[in-house]
Amino acid sequence: MNTFSRISLALISSFTFQVSSFALDTELHGFAETRVGARTQDDPTQDQMSLGEVRLQLDALTYFDASELQVRADFIYDALQDDLHKIDLDQGTGFIDLRELNYLFTPIDAADVKIGRQILTWGTGDLLFINDLFPKDWNSFLLGRDEEYLKAPSDAVFASWFPAIGSFDFAYMPKFDPDRYIDGTRLSYWNGTEITGDDFSAEDRDQWFEDYEFSARYYRPVLSWEGALYVYNGFWKSPVGYDLTAMEPYFPRMNAYGASAQGSVGRALANIEIGYYDSRENTDATQIVPEDEFRFLAGYERELAKELTAGFQYYAEWMMDYSDYEATANPNAQRDEVRHVLTLRLTKMLMNQNLALSLFTFWSPSDQDAYFRPIATYKITDNWMVTANANLFIGKEDYTFFGQLENNSNVNLGLRYSF
Amino acid sequence: MKMILTAITATILTVGTYAEMSVDEIVNKANAASYYAGNDGKADVKMEIIDKSGSVRTREFTLLRMNAKDGNQKFYVYFKEPADLYKQVFLVWKEVDEGKNDSRWMWLPALNLKREIAPGDKRTSFVGSDFVYEDVSGRNLYEDTHELIETTDTQYVIKNTPKDPDSVEFSYYTIRIDKDTMLPRKAEYFDKNGKHYRTVEAPKVETIQGYPTVIESVVSDLNTGGKTVNTFSNIEYDIGLKENIFTERFLRRPPREVTR
Repeated sequence: MNTFSRISLALISSFTFQVSSFALDTELHGFAETRVGARTQDDPTQDQMSLGEVRLQLDALTYFDASELQVRADFIYDALQDDLHKIDLDQGTGFIDLRELNYLFTPIDAADVKIGRQILTWGTGDLLFINDLFPKDWNSFLLGRDEEYLKAPSDAVFASWFPAIGSFDFAYMPKFDPDRYIDGTRLSYWNGTEITGDDFSAEDRDQWFEDYEFSARYYRPVLSWEGALYVYNGFWKSPVGYDLTAMEPYFPRMNAYGASAQGSVGRALANIEIGYYDSRENTDATQIVPEDEFRFLAGYERELAKELTAGFQYYAEWMMDYSDYEATANPNAQRDEVRHVLTLRLTKMLMNQNLALSLFTFWSPSDQDAYFRPIATYKITDNWMVTANANLFIGKEDYTFFGQLENNSNVNLGLRYSF
Repeated sequence: MKMILTAITATILTVGTYAEMSVDEIVNKANAASYYAGNDGKADVKMEIIDKSGSVRTREFTLLRMNAKDGNQKFYVYFKEPADLYKQVFLVWKEVDEGKNDSRWMWLPALNLKREIAPGDKRTSFVGSDFVYEDVSGRNLYEDTHELIETTDTQYVIKNTPKDPDSVEFSYYTIRIDKDTMLPRKAEYFDKNGKHYRTVEAPKVETIQGYPTVIESVVSDLNTGGKTVNTFSNIEYDIGLKENIFTERFLRRPPREVTR
């Protein structure tokens, strides 16, 4: 055998080996889903149809000797999107929504690093977030897509360190990941004067390494509870500031500091979380920025009867320097100094947990508005699942958090095949 | 002749030992045989949930178990099938001291979320099966009073009555324990009206690495007519698990002991 053929043989065999080991160590899963939804009342600014989509999620996980590569992407046909070929991976619009593309490795024994697009979550609230300042997709949530879509992906370096004194997580996002906030495209909103479906555009915050975000968590057991401390350095996640020079909303700088604890009390679970939102910019002749806020959350969950669970939460947003806000804000549409929200989640499982009925209610006595989220899911087989859900908003005023969404109330039906 | 004599002597001696065992010793030995074989262990489990009409739902998971300090234990259950449970993890930190509650968490990968399970939910169905959460890691011995109500040639029969009747749905349950292996083979649960409504059985036992091991367990719910069959395979003991596997770190990134 001459050298050439020996080399080519070696190449072929190593290639084949790699292909086969790749094939062996990759797990492919996913689902195909169709979901349709309609508004329960007329919204002059929006379509009657609120959702109309077919989605294929592919989830591939490849194991290497000491690391993992995760790819998870949704391929979407959306009847309500004008231009599916205009893919925006930050907004999740277009026919592809890249949920995860990350590489995980263990540089030293007591640490893990995950680099790339990933879904990040922490904190103790149930559908309420104080110290979790990772991006949320409010459009998906309020339009009635599966709950997993409330979390939008982050492009991050996520490092975890596990010394004996507790665990540390550090997340560095080189480019700001804002919330996929309500911008009029699919949901109407209060623009400061009226309910509108106009496109709400904000100044970009998309300079790599300049518009970065950083957040960290330290957590450890405290007695039989889990305690955590949090810090965040970045921006308000929605464009709540207003640039008076450019006449455009923008994302002002913000830091956040917080703490939480959760654990069991008797037969039930309880949690408490606090956070201080430190608005780093000042309102002046060129810009209007929100005041600092103190946020508080307490929750309690227990089983009421067999397969019937109730979870109750109290949540408050307390605006600092309220008099400054009061002096400048539109007098006809002012928020209260403290916004109170109560939530109740009731979950009933039936038929060997194949049928799940749940109702999540947000109610704000200070805003005098409410949001009801009933969901019924039935697993027809291990692969097929049907879902019916609704998002219903009511409010006394048009300018409150849930009240502005009244015309977006919707009902949905979905069918999913998982593999 | 000599051999037969030895056998007889051995039997008499053993029977003698049995006779001297107190109910607490029996219960402790049965508990040790069921949950404490080896320092740690691993098994692949196929769970078939069969309803009255005969339709079957299947779950597949890998189970890790490790003995910690003072009889406490940790359990890690990694789901592989069906697709909607893929990568979900059930984690238990079992506490054996009197009055202590076990801690249980479910890791939901799609939400990247660790959700604690309330202590009051321990008698709730485990992933829709006829097993309850508590069955995975074992019921705390201090929760019940134990009474030896019958001794047969091969088995002890123990009646267990909860000290806090309001915390459970049964009024008592009986367990039949094999004398030779000390493994419980059948448990029968009776409701508040004294009606037998639930049976847990271990029809198949094999000796693995010297430890008698249940390789099939079946729960029957006599009220619904449904049952759940667990089949265990690839069972290994003393594999040298590290305790840090049973932490949030390895919920986020399941260890190779369960993924391959």
